[in-house]
Amino acid sequence: MKSKILFVLAFLLPMAAFANEHVKLDHAPIDPSNQVSLQRGAKTFVNYCLNCHSASYMRYNRLQDIGLTDTQIKANLLFAGDKVGDTMTVAMPKADAKAWFGATPPDLSVEARARGADWLYSYLRGFYRDETRPTGWNNTVYDKVAMPHVLWELQGQQVLKVNESTEEHVLVLDKPGTMSPAEYNLMVADLVNYLVFMAEPFKERDKHLGLLVLAFLGLLFGLTYALKKEFWKDIH
Amino acid sequence: MANKLQTIASNLLGWVDERFPLTSNVKAHLTEYYAPKNFNFWYFFGSLALLVLVLQIVTGIFLTMNYKPEASMAFASVEYIMRDVSWGRLIRYMHSTGASMFFVVVYLHMFRGLIYGSYRAPRELIWLFGVGIFLVLMGEAFFGYLLPWGQMSFWGAQVIINLFTSIPFIGPDVSLWLRGDYTVSDATLNRFFAFHVIALPLVLLGLVVAHLIALHEVGSNNPDGIEIKKKKDPKTKIPLDGIPFHPYYTVKDLVGVSVFLIVFTAIIFFAPEMGGYFLEANNFIPADPLKTPAHIAPVWYFTPYYSILRAVPPILNSQFPGVAAMGLSVVIFALLPWLDRSPVKSIRYRGNLYKSWLAAFVVSFLILGYLGTEPSNVWGQFDAGTIIVGGADRATVVARIFSLVYFAFFVLMPWYSKKDKTKKVPERVTA
Repeated sequence: MKSKILFVLAFLLPMAAFANEHVKLDHAPIDPSNQVSLQRGAKTFVNYCLNCHSASYMRYNRLQDIGLTDTQIKANLLFAGDKVGDTMTVAMPKADAKAWFGATPPDLSVEARARGADWLYSYLRGFYRDETRPTGWNNTVYDKVAMPHVLWELQGQQVLKVNESTEEHVLVLDKPGTMSPAEYNLMVADLVNYLVFMAEPFKERDKHLGLLVLAFLGLLFGLTYALKKEFWKDIH
Repeated sequence: MANKLQTIASNLLGWVDERFPLTSNVKAHLTEYYAPKNFNFWYFFGSLALLVLVLQIVTGIFLTMNYKPEASMAFASVEYIMRDVSWGRLIRYMHSTGASMFFVVVYLHMFRGLIYGSYRAPRELIWLFGVGIFLVLMGEAFFGYLLPWGQMSFWGAQVIINLFTSIPFIGPDVSLWLRGDYTVSDATLNRFFAFHVIALPLVLLGLVVAHLIALHEVGSNNPDGIEIKKKKDPKTKIPLDGIPFHPYYTVKDLVGVSVFLIVFTAIIFFAPEMGGYFLEANNFIPADPLKTPAHIAPVWYFTPYYSILRAVPPILNSQFPGVAAMGLSVVIFALLPWLDRSPVKSIRYRGNLYKSWLAAFVVSFLILGYLGTEPSNVWGQFDAGTIIVGGADRATVVARIFSLVYFAFFVLMPWYSKKDKTKKVPERVTA
């Protein structure tokens, strides 16, 4: 019986999915080659995200790839007792997290590959006040999200208003935070840039290798083509 | 000195040949295997399929060295390979890209068989072994897809195994037996790992050997669909239109390999997810039996059949007709040698009737493939007032029409292939 329900569900669910895809996402203005942006993003990540979210496949010393030295990582980003070769884990037990928030905060190592940069960029800028929610916060991208707005002191408080002429829902900054909207957007972009890097740390570096391999294969193609021509010249 | 080395080499070869048919096999399969001289672009994909098979086996061996087939460790071990194993990320991307590229080259290889009638007598067994390879390959891909233990792995396996539940009477027991548990679990992961790394690869290798032995027994077909063995040099007994596979086709295939590797490398380094078609975004979320992903879709190479499954409406409250249609849509390829009654093999000498049916089949395959990647309401619904299809999903109706075309291509082939106005086939191959 259970499997029959699952079977039916599997065919119905695609329809449910479609309803969610209507959320308009903002394009994330990120640049994976900008190391300064990545470093700022790493700092934001460690200070604000890494208290609840782990990144348990990511090692601290992988941050060398964004231009930091082990000494810099140790001095600025490492929690007391952690070693630079450790992965980014959190002390909060999963069961406690579930009890407090209603859901375990997901590991963020590859979150950018699951969600995409635009989703993250829109999500982190999409929190608004909603007193009906247990945390007091809701999100335009992820309705009824369990996560509270961790960055609210920086962004300030947004509320969701209906634009009367277009009947569209729009976010309005109700109480400003310590950052201007432009500063906040930049900080979120840096953070998303870092999350994208963390999801696939070797990607940028490997592109150079990829070009070398392609150059080699181009040469190989030239040689094999000349070889084929030579052998086939007497076949008509 | 050179002479002495040559003597040693030929003595050694003689020693081996007295104990093992080395020279005779090299002759039979390479230097004195005469292939038609008019192979074109479509004839690259057989050797490329062999290349990808080797690539998959070699990269697979290295992946198993660090992969953990255990539900609580599998996802993490894949990320470990991606980050901490030296060159692990490239080996993993070669394997994941190889899976999709395997189907790309196999589909092109099969299409070659379709257009040049390579399945026709006397090559029926080559074709049957080939269909067997295709089926095992699908199983291999399905079992392998569970191993990264992401959400798509888990729910994809759940959906496919549940298909067996719809088989009358024995269905629920069969799916329980396949899973080894009431839901996809560690037990399922373990057995899928065993199937993926040893059981199916063994069968696959055996079938590939049989495919090649059968091919070299009857000889290759060609774009003209002419039997080159019918016109031999009276003295040498070598087919007049044949050339030794080695060196002519070995050097030619090397060119194909170079081009293929360029494409393959570009994907690995610059687009390993291929826009979500080779690696799906949802599979970067660890498997969670309590959270069903919003949209479950198979990987692109299964989507035409998945579309057919969804297109068939349930009969008497049973999904079995859809499942049966899906199974049939795959195995029906095996019947081609006996469905085709045209006096000619190659599309070059067939008439417009056959060409139109083939074009309709290709279009159906592509449209069904596209629709299989999308939810069934992707094109919205017909107006409630429309006759017959009122209120139905547009995409479902389209999928139903093209499913019918897909099957009609096979079922009606005995008639239209015979009725088709064919052209005269030349005596010798053309360029």
